[in-house]
Amino acid sequence: MAAPTTAPIDLSAALVMAPTPLADWLVIAPMGLMIGLGAILVMVRHRLHLHGWIAIPGLVALVLLDAMLLWRVAQHGPFTMTAGRWLPPFGISFTADLLGALMALVSALVALAAGIYALRDIDSTGRRYGFFPLLMMLMAGVTGAFLTGDIFNLYVWFEILLISSFGLLILGSERQQIDGALKYAILNLMATTLFLISVGYLYAIFGTLNMADIARQADAHSGTAPLVTLSALFILAFAMKAAAFPVNFWLPASYHTPRVVVAALFGGLLTKVGVYALMRVMVMLFPLQREELSFVIAVSAALTMVVGALGALGQNDLRRMAGFAVIAGIGNVMAGVAIGGTAGVGGAILYALHSIIAMTALYLLVGEAARIGGSWSLQTLGGIYRQAPWITAAAFVIFLATAGLPPFSGLWPKIVLLKAALDIGAWWLSAAILISAFLLTIALGRVFLLAFWRPRPAEMAVAAPSSPEAWQRTAPLAGLVALLFFFGLFPEIPVSLSQGAAASLADPTAYIQSVFPTGGAE
Amino acid sequence: MNTIILRTVAPPITALMLVFSVFVLLRGHNEPGGGFIGGLIAASALAIYGIAYGVAAVRRAIYFHPMALAGFGLLLATVSGFLSVFVNVPFMTGLWIYPSLFGVEVPLATVISFDVGVYFVVVGAIASIALALEERESD
Repeated sequence: MAAPTTAPIDLSAALVMAPTPLADWLVIAPMGLMIGLGAILVMVRHRLHLHGWIAIPGLVALVLLDAMLLWRVAQHGPFTMTAGRWLPPFGISFTADLLGALMALVSALVALAAGIYALRDIDSTGRRYGFFPLLMMLMAGVTGAFLTGDIFNLYVWFEILLISSFGLLILGSERQQIDGALKYAILNLMATTLFLISVGYLYAIFGTLNMADIARQADAHSGTAPLVTLSALFILAFAMKAAAFPVNFWLPASYHTPRVVVAALFGGLLTKVGVYALMRVMVMLFPLQREELSFVIAVSAALTMVVGALGALGQNDLRRMAGFAVIAGIGNVMAGVAIGGTAGVGGAILYALHSIIAMTALYLLVGEAARIGGSWSLQTLGGIYRQAPWITAAAFVIFLATAGLPPFSGLWPKIVLLKAALDIGAWWLSAAILISAFLLTIALGRVFLLAFWRPRPAEMAVAAPSSPEAWQRTAPLAGLVALLFFFGLFPEIPVSLSQGAAASLADPTAYIQSVFPTGGAE
Repeated sequence: MNTIILRTVAPPITALMLVFSVFVLLRGHNEPGGGFIGGLIAASALAIYGIAYGVAAVRRAIYFHPMALAGFGLLLATVSGFLSVFVNVPFMTGLWIYPSLFGVEVPLATVISFDVGVYFVVVGAIASIALALEERESD
């Protein structure tokens, strides 16, 4: 209890005494903005016309904040703010490094695209159910997971995004959605519980939850504590979140049920939060254990890639096909984590960034195709080329980018990963990457051929699009396609940023330095 | 539930519980209690009133939609965390002011406003669940 007249106490033993520069607030502002706007949107939930006017400027502000954050991190290295002024590791730290800032920025871009798309796609029922407040909370959870520097806090952000995603998944409460949401909820809650158990186990070993503190103590404990067991638990938990083989079956079973824009957000963001956590924990906190378990991760990665691509090949429903494409992408990211080193992890980060954009674009595109063609099934779709040539052009770009063909952004991460895999002699892993890309090319080529290129089947009457074309639908798709184009043609910036992020993940000295500027309490 | 006993005691019990919830909320700063438990007590008070007089009466009485209350609480808690930007200390640092009311010094803090925010979030969320469940029952 503070009183106005206290005897002088040496506060510097417990508190951060240096004044906080305004720029440090960048690491907390994205979450604050999203939670605050989410709260306001909940308060005006029944004034539906206000939702778009609050949410879209909010998402634009989120993109700007994350861009400033990335710029600052790229210029000055990682920085930290510890809540409540308590010295770390006792206060909860938020630390932005290159990896977190990159992921946060790309996620914000995707969320903005999805938000604009939702202006048309989400009708007033969906808005009354609270699409926009849930979107804000989802972004708070995603961004918080990327920027937190405390592993228990990571769990909390996971919960926030999970609870928002439950709400988004059952928007409209249709029977099919409840069915999908049940599978999604049970498996994700199991994964989160496993994660929580692992965190408890970790706390028992280290006595700290601050990631920088764990990173600097991991070496000292690696001989005595069962860190490999702990790492295996973490890997299983995050692999479940990321939908990696053999715990990938929840994704195609649930992602085809929600609205298209919700599926686009989930396909783009949620699995990537899982692989982000995998990278953060296995590469930064437990590098020695990652080395030991790398074979397991590599096998899982190879199988994830091939199973995802085969699944995509075997589907007639466009949305299920997109779900398997997401899984194939996760395999590539996991392969990078298994390979390790700056090249491998850099490739994984690059692939994750590309995949966030490409998968959201893929789902939005699939939604457009189904809206124009009036069906989700490849058997009845056809002739979209004639009705919507621009959508077809976008489909061409997105399919090539997803399959990893030049000149779009999917090519570069695959090249980086292939080279990294060959450098360490894992020929079978590079073979898996190539086979998966080949199968995915066939699967997507099949979709292009059947849904877009062939003439509409004669027995199918030309169904008029259920709603006319609108900029709210085309602009986000065009923006995402432009991003895929741009990063395909000018890969230098993302490649160097992702390699830098991987380097700072492998050698977290600067990260630790930003949390403990004076060396900190031992 | 339409018993005369419940309908007679429900208003005083509800009033008493609401006052008690505020007491627990404020007491929580130094002793057991706080926004969460205070909010739970207030939500139970609303639930009891709803059982006795029906959900419509509760909705009329609290005027705002329970979810709006929860949103307000979340906003209040967020803003409490961000006030420290003005005095150059990190997020969520407790800030104190000591205004004098009628000659009594009253310490006020962002910690308290944060806790009030938690109170509203809990009241709003739990009351909205409870009212929805009671509504379903009366169909």
